[in-house]
Amino acid sequence: MLEKLGMYLQYPFVRYALIVGVLIALCSSLLGVTLVLKRYSFIGDGLSHVAFGAMAVAAVLNLTNEMLLVLPITIICAILLLRTGQHAKIKGDAAIAMISVVTLAFGYLIMNIFSTSSNLSGDVCSTLFGSTSILTLTKREVWICIALSVAVVAIFILFYNKIFAVTFDEDFAKASGTDANAYNLLVAIIIAVIIVLAMNLVGSLLISALVIFPALSAMRLFRSFRSVTICAAVLSVFCAFLGIIISILAGTPVGSTIVAVDAIVFGLCYIGGKLFGGIHA
Amino acid sequence: MAILTVQDLTLGYESYVVAKDLSFTVNSGDYLCIVGENGSGKTTLMKTLLRLKSPMSGTIRTGDGLEKDQIGYLPQQTAVQKDFPASVREVVLSGCQGRCGRRPFYNRSEKQLAEKSMERMGVAALARRCFRELSGGQQQRVLLARALCAARKVLLLDEPVSGLDPKATSEMYDLIEGLNRDGITIIMISHDIAAAVRYATHILHMGERVFFGTKEEYLKAEAGSRFLQQKGGERDA
Repeated sequence: MLEKLGMYLQYPFVRYALIVGVLIALCSSLLGVTLVLKRYSFIGDGLSHVAFGAMAVAAVLNLTNEMLLVLPITIICAILLLRTGQHAKIKGDAAIAMISVVTLAFGYLIMNIFSTSSNLSGDVCSTLFGSTSILTLTKREVWICIALSVAVVAIFILFYNKIFAVTFDEDFAKASGTDANAYNLLVAIIIAVIIVLAMNLVGSLLISALVIFPALSAMRLFRSFRSVTICAAVLSVFCAFLGIIISILAGTPVGSTIVAVDAIVFGLCYIGGKLFGGIHA
Repeated sequence: MAILTVQDLTLGYESYVVAKDLSFTVNSGDYLCIVGENGSGKTTLMKTLLRLKSPMSGTIRTGDGLEKDQIGYLPQQTAVQKDFPASVREVVLSGCQGRCGRRPFYNRSEKQLAEKSMERMGVAALARRCFRELSGGQQQRVLLARALCAARKVLLLDEPVSGLDPKATSEMYDLIEGLNRDGITIIMISHDIAAAVRYATHILHMGERVFFGTKEEYLKAEAGSRFLQQKGGERDA
């Protein structure tokens, strides 16, 4: 088995997939804690549907670089969803559900009416569940992904304390002079970038798993924001790595394998947390 | 000179007026209690004082060198905090955020300030504990320590003792009184009129009739005695 793995690692496309997969997993786990705690677990889901809709439009328009359309649209929707914050008229979950189904429906509709492809359902399926596109990345795409990931991680570290303050208590942060709206905006933009990146890896339907599972697993085990964040990042990278390796060896779909590993790790963390907590109590 | 002067303030949400014609002043070292029935606009007033909401009309002036970000605030707890994984130190340190400005990380003096605030509130021993696993009284003391990190002169407290048992309640009042004696101006929303009368120097009563004055004036005034009687009646029943 190791031989087989070694053989696969000879191929550049396998190495690219591993690099990109691990980076995406790292980025998506960072904001997971914030999103879970702000009750925005489904934002990944909603935004990825937006990205799906945008992708459909881009495909119909025959754009060579669909990122140019998908990224701005997703960012705008993320801002609209998160900007309203704690005091929205249509509460977070309802707004997300609304945007998510509408864009999904329109995306499919547009693809259906205008599609030039002969394999429509195949196209839709691969956009939704992650395709083999992670295994067909070009060198340029890998570099774009590395650059964006470095930017996301750097921004997260620089604004870590502000993000904590705004997540923990938005009103207090505002009252003590922190521009909470600006940081909510920042979180919205970062999450949109991550979603668009992650669509390559797991497809639009499974992105939420990458965002929330590591955070939820880490929250079973740790009790401070910093250790939860670090643990989430480590778990996420580990799961993505393992998932990609398994999918290569066993020939399973990449996205769903990663999510399955994430789910199993969550189960282990849950049990571990119970035992650990039991000892403490 | 007054650090806070409020004139003809009208509060509300969109077109619905919650409270109107509020005028009062707060001097340095005062202990002001804001009392009144549910829905009389106490929390709205506090949010307006903190500039989280804008008033429908009227003015709020700060004086005596008080800046916007020098007000410490103890809000009512939010649902998010009930399962937030954060250590006590992380929570208290986040009170220094206003001092940080655009600087990304806390510096040494801010960390020391956080340690000092924790010691003052008697939660230093809990520094590494998880915030959500503490008792209600401990949580309030942690949030008070956080507010102290932000406050240089004024603390705004929104029902600091709600949900606490009698022992934790009296401990909380003692801590607040101690802070006031150290020269920090206290503005507190309270349901507990007996405690308000006991600790405060000034009282603002909100509701159909608005009263503002010193504690002694309040006790003589009709609004206060009526409210006291009502409270007493409820307790007897």
